[in-house]
Amino acid sequence: MKQSEFLNVVMPFKDKLYRMAKRLLVSKEEAEDATQEILMKLWSINESISEYKNVEAFAMTMTKNFCLDRLKSKQAGNLKLVHSNYSDGNASLQKQVEVKDSLSWVEKIMEELPEQQKMVLQLRDVEEYDFDEIGELLNMKPTAIRVTLSRARKTVREKLMQKHSYGIG
Amino acid sequence: MELDRIEKLLEKYLEASTSVAEEKELRTYFSQESVPTHLEQYAPMFQYFSLAKEERFTKQVPLKTKKNYFRWMSVAAVAVLMFGLYFGNEYQKQKEAEYAYNETKKALSLLADNFSRGTEKVAYLNEFENTKQKIYNNN
Repeated sequence: MKQSEFLNVVMPFKDKLYRMAKRLLVSKEEAEDATQEILMKLWSINESISEYKNVEAFAMTMTKNFCLDRLKSKQAGNLKLVHSNYSDGNASLQKQVEVKDSLSWVEKIMEELPEQQKMVLQLRDVEEYDFDEIGELLNMKPTAIRVTLSRARKTVREKLMQKHSYGIG
Repeated sequence: MELDRIEKLLEKYLEASTSVAEEKELRTYFSQESVPTHLEQYAPMFQYFSLAKEERFTKQVPLKTKKNYFRWMSVAAVAVLMFGLYFGNEYQKQKEAEYAYNETKKALSLLADNFSRGTEKVAYLNEFENTKQKIYNNN
């Protein structure tokens, strides 16, 4: 596959990969690195890429696995975890000061969700995937997706309500 | 009427039994300015989702043939190294063989020298023979 062909295949969903990575890794730089890594991996197998009937799903799965691995290795290396906590705390504090915006609340609430819920919510409410696609990506049964999704939505709503009432009071 | 529908949709939404189209409807509904106060709390959620979808990956896609080139470079380097080692070894062996050959040659020539010195001595025996012949002839 030529470079231009490859770009035509990849361009439509590269933003989705990035958003997924950012959802999981939170940090913008990390997400950018992850996306680049995934795109480079895809490019390196571009000869066989046409064999996959759904390249987007394949790439999304790769991104998901890559990010989860990333998070896991971060948790394994204690030093790094401390460091990233430090910088993350800094960033969100800054954000808190900068944007007293209810939209950033939602983002923060989503950060606190368990990974599975995060991914389901991201795929469904942001990327508008249907349950079959999500099931394929996350290896979940539709019923499990529904339960997870419902739980995630309710949590977001509840936390948002709490913040909302604080804001008023 | 519409409000009623939205409320129903929200309920379904929280149970995760809305379709993608219905969720889209919710997002459009909450993207408008005026939302009844009792539904206001939902607005940030749906607005955020719409906003999050706008996020773009702005970095350059790093498609390089350059790295490939470097990969082949390393292969080539290893090949050259191997060749070098192989032929270097061969050369070394040849040198050693030559050295051994020269040493043996030296040793053998030493031996030959000593032998020939031996034969020189033996040559004096001829002298004896000659003298003996002379004596015989005189008699």
